[in-house]
Amino acid sequence: MTGRVVGRAWTFGDDVNTDAITPGKYLTIRDPAQLAPHVMEGVDPEFARKAQPGDLLVAGKNFGCGSSRETAPAALKAFGLGCVIATSFARIFLRNAVNIGLPILECPAAVQGIRDGDTIEVDVTAGRIVNRTTEVTFEATPFPPFMQELMAAGGLVAFTRRRLGLD
Amino acid sequence: MGMTITEKILAAHAGKAGVEPGEFVIAKVDVVMGNDGSTAGALPVWRQIGVERVFDPDRVVIVLDHFVPNKDIQAANLLAPVRKWARAQGIRHFFDEGRTGIAHIILPEQGLVGPGDLMVGGDSHSCTNGALGAFATGVGSTDLASVLALGEVWLKVPASQRFVYHGTPPRWVMGKDLILATIGRIGLDGARYQAMEFTGPTIAALSMSERLTMCNMAIEAGGKSGIIAPDEVTLAYVRGRAKRGFSCYASDPDARYAAIHEFDVSGLRPQVAKPFSPDNVGPVDEVAGTPLDQVFLGSCTNGKLEDLRIAAGILRGKKVHPDTRLIVIPASQWIYLQALREGLLEVFAEAGGAVSTPTCGACFGGHMGILGADEVCLSTTNRNFVGRMGHPTAKVYLANPAVAAASAVKGAIASPDEV
Repeated sequence: MTGRVVGRAWTFGDDVNTDAITPGKYLTIRDPAQLAPHVMEGVDPEFARKAQPGDLLVAGKNFGCGSSRETAPAALKAFGLGCVIATSFARIFLRNAVNIGLPILECPAAVQGIRDGDTIEVDVTAGRIVNRTTEVTFEATPFPPFMQELMAAGGLVAFTRRRLGLD
Repeated sequence: MGMTITEKILAAHAGKAGVEPGEFVIAKVDVVMGNDGSTAGALPVWRQIGVERVFDPDRVVIVLDHFVPNKDIQAANLLAPVRKWARAQGIRHFFDEGRTGIAHIILPEQGLVGPGDLMVGGDSHSCTNGALGAFATGVGSTDLASVLALGEVWLKVPASQRFVYHGTPPRWVMGKDLILATIGRIGLDGARYQAMEFTGPTIAALSMSERLTMCNMAIEAGGKSGIIAPDEVTLAYVRGRAKRGFSCYASDPDARYAAIHEFDVSGLRPQVAKPFSPDNVGPVDEVAGTPLDQVFLGSCTNGKLEDLRIAAGILRGKKVHPDTRLIVIPASQWIYLQALREGLLEVFAEAGGAVSTPTCGACFGGHMGILGADEVCLSTTNRNFVGRMGHPTAKVYLANPAVAAASAVKGAIASPDEV
């Protein structure tokens, strides 16, 4: 969850659920690369055709509510989305995103200040979001230190290996 | 300052005297559950971690529930490595078809989770187990793999919201209606990141079956967990089942809550969640008469024996409306057997319903009863998002088993008083 991203913003509303991000009919597919062409299909069937890797997803409150299926953040990551910015994330989605290293930021002000199609630059590590279309800057809510450490460690696999004394 | 039941369980498992909401802890896990999909997703992560054995094969429960019996080649190929891995790991509590059911029903039923436990499961509805007075929450596949290796999990201690229910529920009003009314009031993210503690005289009088339904749907309000402090009902249920010792915790009178909500259920009508959200809730009368293509009775929310008994009581001697399909799926093999012995399955079949072996069924749109374009279904499940049960234009209404049975007879959404 590091680095700088520049891309087009794709905006969505509140309560985008996991059935919309990766519909249940694809649950027997486990390879995130195979799921990426279907990502967000439940809200916008054309999304995967229109969006480019590096683009950003901007959504309202409770993004990723519903199922614990990790295919949802995994498919967003496999698609190559630069970052997901939301007013708030549903708990299991947030956890899964942190564990697997999908860049996410919570920033209600940015969600208000970004329109569909705007060019957005994000410093994921610093939590700085710049709307290049309007030249307005937003600061995301920092994640608690424990989660930042987990992200810096490279996600939960690295964390687990360390706890087990394997690294 | 006092602690909530949730804070006490988390403190005990983190080896601390006390914990504060917002604090991060690493907690020991008593039980970890993986289902077919989440375990299949965890296996590549397991290999990445590079560990040989699970932390304790007797504390791991693997339940194949979403795609059993294998629904197609892809599902068969997904499940085969899970079966092989579970056997190689010596997992004693491994549930495969013919002996399985839905994970959230199997764990309480088989005494694999008990009061005071800290349980995590690779499915969002793992919060069902909170009905036993346990802290139970859902996680994804990477978390699952990590817990299988470590026997511990990182957790942020949630703040709690207290939901107090007063009054006697009228006839046909069930735990499902209490939780739908609750989600309707607080919304899809009303308890996001927080523990939902259900209490009050109404809960004290509620059966374990109804309690399981309530805790099952905590996640539909964004809850990290749902929990009901153990009482005589809990102990009567747990005695004779529990595979391990257990501890009963209760919230202190001066425990801190993020919010306290009071409900009077004495005038409550059966509730229905309308498309396309579990928080779009109103009384059944509001949508009565809506024609239905399908009624689905089952799932971890309402596929329990008591649910089937209530539905069979309404359907006995009646026929499912000719324009409507009824699908009935008992939530576990034990429930299936009991329902068979009690003649309930005969009632459903006689009425013209399709009865399946235990599986999650149509709930998540993967198997057994998928909806086509514009079809309308009334379901006893927990979610009715766009595309959840099939085609994105299909509509799903959520209700209790009595409303489901009455609606199957009428071929349209109906109150049980009408049949």
